[in-house]
Amino acid sequence: MPIKRTLADRITDGINLFLLLLLSLVMLFPFYYITAVSFSSYEEFVNTDFLLFPKAWVLDAYRFIFDSKEFIRSIGVTVYITVVGSIVSLLLTSTMAFALIRKLWGQRFYLFLVLFTFIFGAGMIPTYLIVKATGLIDSYWSLIIPDAISAFNLIVMRQFFLSIPEELHEAAVIDGANDLQIYTRIILPLSKPALAAFGLFYAVGQWNTYFTAILYLNDPSKWTVQVILRQIVILDDTTNTLASAAREAARSAHLPPPETIGMAAIILATIPILIVYPFLQKHFAKGVMLGSVKG
Amino acid sequence: MAVTTPLSPEASNKSANVKAKAPTRSLATRLYRERYGFLLLLPGLVFFIWFRYVPMLGNIIAFEDYSPFRGFLHSDWVGFKHFARIFEDAEVIRVIGNTLWLSLLQIAFAFPIPIVLALMLNEVRNQRLKRLIQSVVYLPHFLSWVVVIGIVTIFLKTEGIVNKGLSLAFGMDSIQFLQEPGWFMPLIVLEVIWKEAGWGTIIFLAALAGVNPTLYEAAIVDGASRWRQIWHITLPAIRGTIIILLILRLGSVLDSGFTQIFLMLNPFTMDVGNVLDTFVYFKGIQQSDFSFGTAVGLFKGVVGLVLIVGVNRFAKKFGEEGVF
Repeated sequence: MPIKRTLADRITDGINLFLLLLLSLVMLFPFYYITAVSFSSYEEFVNTDFLLFPKAWVLDAYRFIFDSKEFIRSIGVTVYITVVGSIVSLLLTSTMAFALIRKLWGQRFYLFLVLFTFIFGAGMIPTYLIVKATGLIDSYWSLIIPDAISAFNLIVMRQFFLSIPEELHEAAVIDGANDLQIYTRIILPLSKPALAAFGLFYAVGQWNTYFTAILYLNDPSKWTVQVILRQIVILDDTTNTLASAAREAARSAHLPPPETIGMAAIILATIPILIVYPFLQKHFAKGVMLGSVKG
Repeated sequence: MAVTTPLSPEASNKSANVKAKAPTRSLATRLYRERYGFLLLLPGLVFFIWFRYVPMLGNIIAFEDYSPFRGFLHSDWVGFKHFARIFEDAEVIRVIGNTLWLSLLQIAFAFPIPIVLALMLNEVRNQRLKRLIQSVVYLPHFLSWVVVIGIVTIFLKTEGIVNKGLSLAFGMDSIQFLQEPGWFMPLIVLEVIWKEAGWGTIIFLAALAGVNPTLYEAAIVDGASRWRQIWHITLPAIRGTIIILLILRLGSVLDSGFTQIFLMLNPFTMDVGNVLDTFVYFKGIQQSDFSFGTAVGLFKGVVGLVLIVGVNRFAKKFGEEGVF
């Protein structure tokens, strides 16, 4: 039986929806504006007060970026750590999550070790010193290994594994399978959607790596795309080679100004996220709910 | 037949012997039987011990004059000297003040927004529209802080679109948003709201999805208006979730989100914007004052731990569930 809606109800609904759509526009506008300006020409950028709809769409800024070795190299580095890092993280997280559902000797203790890290962290400097002592400084592994397992993802993944019927494990044990075989033959094939979701989530984390890169990588030729992006967009000063070169070049040859180059760089650094976003959103919102409502 | 009866003295004696030996032997057999499980556990366990627990022990350098050349085993012990420095140093006091002020602003402004947003989304009847809006408001969560602050920088520059707009619409002089100390904290909070408000609604929406729809039907029969339904059914349904998240937030009042603040700081805003997290980085890593940096970090961690345990107990006393 449909419930009768009063006029007041409909007005409330209308205002509510209007506000939410307005909010959505606020969320989207920066993307639109930055995309639009990144495609505008030098003359139009300099001469227009309020550039919202570029008349001529040009690729100068993108061409400039693809000509600069620095940015392209940083993309390469980031792709590498994203791929390797996600695989390593997924492997370590899934094996441990699986081990934590098998009733191993001392299981509660291992679980406690993981959960305690939620409420007490070791601190930046001791962690830095351990990473240094491990010999990872200036190695790409420093961006992968020290944060390989997210305790939160681990717990959510364990929760997911627990939802797989235990009878399947038992049947496998009767057939003579050991834990290693249960993990590879039963758990992993049944968890493909979950693994894809966590893999994407780790991948986004790696793609966005900034802090660990400035902490552990001293060699600028190893910097990730986020570090280079900060140089181009946020610092935008003479100490940074790309932006000042851009300004010089722009002045002399009417090449793209640093502003549009910065915007193009933001777009390029964000595109991978936008591509995987539909998958991320669908799977991970569910995963977060699963993990959080339980707690 | 040669089968001994179960009650024969010899047999029962033997089984008693087996029982007495059982614990040690079964532990060994058990560990052997579970060896593949342990093989799978091992890499993760090593990770947690080496990168999470050994650094916790490494905090002892806060009680030393740590020298990287002598190592933490051979550096001189100085007791609480570095902790005393925390309270003697005017800069640290100011940094603690900034940290608390930022947390207060976050709890007052950024914390309630996802709740309001979740309530608003929950009222949308059109499911497709609701999902579309959700997709849009979740998106900024996946962007890096560099991208978010890059966008903010572009918008708020002297020649940026915001200043251009203000001057076209109101004839205002351009405002140096990024250099003006007064704008630092409001911008930090606004950025957090833009990036995380949508994502923060997920947990509340999950709680709301669990509400029994017959409650609403009953309320409508009783003549409750929309606002009454929200007040008496919807809000109580997410009360537990709100309190748990508030406890967690209070437990981390000294955490400020290193990356965001670090990226927003510049020489003009250092006095009002430097917080404990960034202070530890500048002192400990950039100036290599390892022991002092660690002392400040440990102070922060311990206060956070005490707060979270304390607030949790407090919540339980008032009949709430608490986190643990």
